[in-house]
This record gives sequence, structure tokens and C-alpha cells, in this order.
Amino acid sequence: MYPRKFSYVAPNSVGEVLRLLRRYGDEAKLLAGGQSLIPMMKLRIVGPSVVIDLKNLKGRLAYIKDGGRAVRIGALTTHAEVELSETLRREVPLLPEVAKWVGDMQIRNMGTLGGSLAHSDPAADWPVAMLALDASVTVQGQRRRVVPVSRFHRGPFTTALKPTELLTEITVPKPPKGHGWSWKKFERKAGDFATVNVAAIVVPDGQGRVKSASIAVGSVSSVPYRAARAERMLRGKRPDAELLNGVAEAAAEPAQPTSDLRGSAEYKKWLTRVMVRRALEEALSRAGLSVEVAQHA
Amino acid sequence: MPRRRVGGPRSGAAVEAGQETVPVRVKINGVEYSHNVEPRLLLVHYIRDVVGLTGTHVGCDTSHCGACTVLIKGLWGDGWLAVKSCTLLATQADGKEILTIEGLAKNGELHPLQRAFWENHGLQCGFCTPGMIMAALGFLLRNPSPSREEIKWGISGNLCRCTGYVNIIKSIEAAAKEMREKGTAI
Repeated sequence: MYPRKFSYVAPNSVGEVLRLLRRYGDEAKLLAGGQSLIPMMKLRIVGPSVVIDLKNLKGRLAYIKDGGRAVRIGALTTHAEVELSETLRREVPLLPEVAKWVGDMQIRNMGTLGGSLAHSDPAADWPVAMLALDASVTVQGQRRRVVPVSRFHRGPFTTALKPTELLTEITVPKPPKGHGWSWKKFERKAGDFATVNVAAIVVPDGQGRVKSASIAVGSVSSVPYRAARAERMLRGKRPDAELLNGVAEAAAEPAQPTSDLRGSAEYKKWLTRVMVRRALEEALSRAGLSVEVAQHA
Repeated sequence: MPRRRVGGPRSGAAVEAGQETVPVRVKINGVEYSHNVEPRLLLVHYIRDVVGLTGTHVGCDTSHCGACTVLIKGLWGDGWLAVKSCTLLATQADGKEILTIEGLAKNGELHPLQRAFWENHGLQCGFCTPGMIMAALGFLLRNPSPSREEIKWGISGNLCRCTGYVNIIKSIEAAAKEMREKGTAI
């Protein structure tokens, strides 16, 4: 399979990329690692007239920097670089774990974090993880703006990016020391997109209770969502099995899955509860909060 | 998915900034090649059809099966990275070094991975083998002493339809041991 013919340009600066975007708008596609774009071009799902290859910006837009209260990640950082980053393993251990589950080794060597976020596949992994972490993205157009991930994904394959803008950086606030985290991705076969993916962060209060919790759920609605009611149910509580069942049910409540090859809507809704519960059990345990398990649980 | 206007490139002003052919200069298995190609040419077709090295296979052509796996140096960091050459444009490899299955044997002697696949019956039909070996090499360069579980994870992007995974894993374990002992890399 071959992509449709296109003309190709590989600019050397962000300014040049923006100039080209202003000129070609919707006719152009930005090529980062290409691990979603090239298959879609080969299948003729997209057929851009102009491909703007970002490969010459790798030196400028691929980095993982410890910025004190947050970690700043350049948009062209690959999944594998996130997976192998010592800074992230120490400061935001959720992210290397998420990276490990993206595609397969070869895809992780090419595909980029910024590319995946901008692509906005409703079953992608990064949008879910970034939503749980309250991350934001820096977008460069005529001017620079910062968009919280919670307002970045607008729908399947649709984001807050204008055709004339480039995603340049992802800012991830560091979760507090001692936080517990979990990534639960249920996939039908190795390297598949998720059937359901859940990211959970739990911050303990030091007295055996949950200070705050963050639960993000993906692949079962048009964009990932935060399970706000479930998060509130956990706050200030000593978790037990009964509470977790209720929280998992509340977290699955907003899910609106569709039936497809990966399962029926009913199955996916149930699976969401199971995966949220597993994620919370793991995150609570990593936060040093034991879950009292009922005798008959 | 967003519907894009389909059809060929717009002529004239719309594409004046873009190029209709692009130079590709690469070093494959130590030999330098230089061509002008269509930007849409995929790396796997460049390697097979333009350069003529047909050891790299096209299996699924949709980035699932890994039969087209090759190593590229210098994409990021300074090491060799396994990539699926059906999902790269040739121009994305411009200026880089590439290693394919043909570049593994040295002076008529098989690479430890090739020999281990032979000795452990790591293949039946052999179609997946070039990609399987190149993926295993990319993985072992990153993790020279893997557990069995880690090997499975490492080659999860490569499919074998003869259901030969048990012997493939055995082969990679044997090769890893020999590569550690002899200090073999590429």
C-alpha cells in the first residue's frame, strides 16, 4: 500500500513550520514519528497534499526536563524515551509504565508523545494518563498558549489545536512524594489499542486516609474523562472493599462505550468497573494504604 | 476520523514550498547509497526495490507483524533502534545508518542470533525470521540479560504464523547468552 502523492517539506525551525501551516492549513499534515499518520495515509484514510516533516526539530523539541514542580516534556519525545527516562521513573513513575504499553517496541522507538496527543485517538493511552496527572500542553501559533489536557481533547481525532498551531511541549505537575499510582490497560491482544484504560493517582494523608484521588478513564467514550464523583467518594476515607466497589461503579457511570470488535457495550461498561477497581487497589497499595478486604469479597 | 480532501497534490502555488522528489542518502550494512525518490516511498520499498536487499520482508503492510523490522542508528540517542520499515518514509531515514538481516553475518560467519535460530529450530517457514531477528537484536542491545517474560514483551510486535514462539524465545535466550559471553553486539 502506498500513500497518495504529496509534496514534502522538512523545515528547520518552529517559525518555518508555522509559516507553512498558515499557508497550507488543512491541506497539510504534520509528520512527527508517523506511527499513526503513515498507516492512515497508506490506508488512504487521510490524503494530505503537503506533508510537513518535523524530523529536523528533534534536537529542539525532544527533551525531558525536571523543572522543579513539574516535568516538561518536548512534543517530539518518543514513547521509548519516556519509557526509559530516569527522571520520569523517579518523579512521575506512571508515565514510563504507560509508555511500556504503547504499541510495541518498534512503534515506541518512532512514535512521539506530542504526536499521539495531537492525533487524539479515543482509545489512545497518553490522553488518559495526562488527564489523571492534570497535565497541560503548550501550543504555538501566532502566539503561545497553554491548554489543560482536560480541555485539549474535544472528540475523536479532534483537539483544541487550530490548523495553524503546533503542539510543542507537555507540562506534567509532579504528584506529591509518597503518592500511589496505577495504569491498567486491558488489551485484546499484545500491542492492541485499549478496550479500557484507566490511570489512578492516590495521595495519602499520612494517617491511613486518602487525601485526594485522581481517576481517568479512556476508550469508553468519545474523549477520556475524569471520574469526578468517584474521586470525591474517596477523599478523606479509609478505603475498604465496600467503598471501592461503590467508587468503581461511580467511575464507570459516565462511560458510554460502543459495541465493536473489542466487545459489546455492556461488557465494556462492566470491564470499566473492574479495571477502575484494580487500578485503585494497586494505587492505594503503592500509597501505603491497605485495603480491608471483606471475608467474602 | 477527519475527512480530508482526497486527490493528488494541488499543482502550482499550493505546492511550491514542497518537494516532488527528495534525496535519500543512507548507509545500509556499511554501504552508502544515494537516490532521489518520491517522498511517499516507504523505507521498506526503498530497501527492497531500489537498493535490492530483499531479506527485509513485507508481511501485513500495516505495522502489526514486524516482518519489515530493521535497525536504524541515530534517530535519537546514539544507539541502534528497531523500527518497522513499512511505517517509515524513506526520507525519514535520510542521513542515517541502517542495518538489515543481510548485514549480520560477518566474513561468512553467522551472527549468534542467526545461528541460535538455526540450532533451536526458531523458524519453520522463515518468513517472519528476518524481522524477528532484527527485533530481537534491537531488544538485546537495550537489555542484554532479559528474562523470558522480557523477551516475550520485546518481540510482541512480531508475529509468527507457524506458532513457533516457544523455539523463537529459546533461540533468543541462547543468542543472548552467547552475545554476553563473547561480547558480540552488531
